[in-house]
Amino acid sequence: MVSDNNSISRKTKLEDKDYKWGFTTDVETEVAPKGLNEEIVKMISKKKSEPKWLLDWRLKAYNHWLSQDEKEGEPEWAMVDYPPIDYQDIHYYAAPNSSDSPKSLDEVDPEMLEAFEKLGIPLEERAQLAGVAVDAVFDSVSVATTYEKQLKELGIIFCPLSEAIKNHPDLVKKYLGSVVPYSDNYFANLNSAVFSEGSFIYVPPGVRCPIELMTYFRINTADTGQFERTLIVADKDSYVSYLEGCTAPIRKNSQLHAAVVELVALENAEIKYSTLQNWYPGTKEGVGGVYNFVTKRGKCLGKGSKISWTQVETGSAITWKYPSVILQGDNSVGEFYSVALTNNRQQADTGTKMIHIGKNTRSNVVAKGISAGEGNNTYRGQIKVLPSAENAQNFTQCDSLLIGDKCGAHTVPYIEVKNPSAKLEHEASTSKVSDDQLFYLMQRGLNEEEAHHMIITGWSKEVFKELPFEFAVEAGQLLKVSLEGAVG
Amino acid sequence: MVNKILEIKNLKASVSETGEEILKGLSLEIAEGETHVIMGPNGGGKSTLVNVIAGRDSYEVDSGSIKFKSKDLLNMTIDERAREGIFLAFQYPSEIPGVRPWQFVKAAVDAKRKANGDSELSVREFSKIYDNNLKEINIIPDLMKRSLNEGFSGGEKKRNEIFQMMMLEPNLALLDETDSGLDVDALKAVGDAVNKMKDTKRSFLIVTHYQRLLDYVKPDFVHVLINGKIVESGNYDLVKKIEADGYESFWD
Repeated sequence: MVSDNNSISRKTKLEDKDYKWGFTTDVETEVAPKGLNEEIVKMISKKKSEPKWLLDWRLKAYNHWLSQDEKEGEPEWAMVDYPPIDYQDIHYYAAPNSSDSPKSLDEVDPEMLEAFEKLGIPLEERAQLAGVAVDAVFDSVSVATTYEKQLKELGIIFCPLSEAIKNHPDLVKKYLGSVVPYSDNYFANLNSAVFSEGSFIYVPPGVRCPIELMTYFRINTADTGQFERTLIVADKDSYVSYLEGCTAPIRKNSQLHAAVVELVALENAEIKYSTLQNWYPGTKEGVGGVYNFVTKRGKCLGKGSKISWTQVETGSAITWKYPSVILQGDNSVGEFYSVALTNNRQQADTGTKMIHIGKNTRSNVVAKGISAGEGNNTYRGQIKVLPSAENAQNFTQCDSLLIGDKCGAHTVPYIEVKNPSAKLEHEASTSKVSDDQLFYLMQRGLNEEEAHHMIITGWSKEVFKELPFEFAVEAGQLLKVSLEGAVG
Repeated sequence: MVNKILEIKNLKASVSETGEEILKGLSLEIAEGETHVIMGPNGGGKSTLVNVIAGRDSYEVDSGSIKFKSKDLLNMTIDERAREGIFLAFQYPSEIPGVRPWQFVKAAVDAKRKANGDSELSVREFSKIYDNNLKEINIIPDLMKRSLNEGFSGGEKKRNEIFQMMMLEPNLALLDETDSGLDVDALKAVGDAVNKMKDTKRSFLIVTHYQRLLDYVKPDFVHVLINGKIVESGNYDLVKKIEADGYESFWD
């Protein structure tokens, strides 16, 4: 668990902003009726006092979504299996801390509390993470103020998207939907119509953001995250590293989680985006759990820019997620590092898309899938080299690790090359934790679970080393907890 | 009176997968502080014996008993045996990608300390012992920055095994053909390390084909293992007899 002052201050700050921003007591009890129609879209926009251009955009998105037949529009090519979603049975607007939240830790699932214990989450944070409706009180306000001041002096904007829409409309208008258009795919399309919250970051030219920005607290407590939308813009010669997620298993009230993340890197800018995803995976028998249908895409708009995705995905009943990079600027670089773990009945279909447009663009993909229990893990990756992408290079490595004999691992690469100067390499491997390795480690005194954990974290190291240090430690711990019951 | 550390009685063991019987009624006693050597032709069951003692589950114990420090060893898991003080220097140590030797050895040492009710060593305390032992067995520190055993030569792997033995300070060390594939310098380093670790409480069971290591490490007892049974036991003179005549004369 991250516990340094910086991260606490970040949490405090975000928490503060959320409440300042308008979830007053009035709104808190407010839940829109189930179902989606134009009135609901208008209501969401009105609640947020949005400008007309945004309402129009939402309505365009809504009408486009509506125009798609559900069967036809909802992607079915992924190797995941779930009952049909009734889109008219969902609340598209609900204030956070709704009344069915647990009132105290006594009402929280003991299994979840046990997980907190194992992850070493400080006592005072557990209630919030479990979604208990309590007022957060933090004593590090002064630290938060210092931190906020530092960002302000550098001209960095880091705030809820709704606040950015009010205070920085030009920036939002320019970039919102510029990477993931409202019509992009069924889920992104839905998100564009009804998104309710998310983060906005803008880093001005030449500025190197001195700290890792993270939102873990806000999204996790407030259950506004169902249709969150994040937009990050790094201006020329700037750098920012952003972390999202948390090691705690979060039980969402909602099952469908359709988020959109857009990144824009201008000339020589670099964005590093790290995710630990540990949403509620459902029971061991496969009941409940979050459908994590997320569209994440970055655009290397400027020359020499770089976007790097690192993800450790251990949660959710179903993960459908392909963080991608459009390499438009010449000499731009896209990276994707992923560890996806499925245990029990979890399903993951995840990977990346690297679209090479500019000259001398390079992409690097390291995807590792761990399957345990009856989990099903698919890597799906697309490398596309357009005619304009002279001297494009891609290296892809995807490795699968199987634990037990009831799980599945699948690799589905799509490669499309329209420029003969491109150089592409693809390596793939599938392995099992070998009995020899286990015996070796156990002969030195590690128990079976520790031995498995050591082998698996070692195997994941190429990805973990891309994470900021503290996050890497958490990621290791997360794998351990997520694999409990799968070994030993 | 000297305490027995290991007591094997009429042990029969087979390969789990095929059911093929390898050990066919083997008995052996080792007292504290003693060094025993097991020699014998290929396929006689030497490696099987040390692996069964360590608890490897690709072998099935069909009958007989093994006591370690008067405890029933056969009821203990692999890791329990290890923490109780049994160490196996592997003939073919596994490579573990992404795991640094330091991290691995620290975890192993801590696991053993915890089982004994001791606290974990601080990084500083541990590193001191670690560095000293590396120097002792003459492993290049740079090598240990790689993943465990990955890209190690055969000799380097064996040195690493002995290094781990030094770190874990077992009561009973099983050396499974540690001397094969070693050059003279490495052989001497291994021999020196074993001699240095010998004390009145620690015992060694060394499996080997050759006299070479025994030029450095003088055994108290030598056993000839043929066809799953110990057919003859004696002192160091037995080694010379084997070197001169081979195993022919031991067959029934």
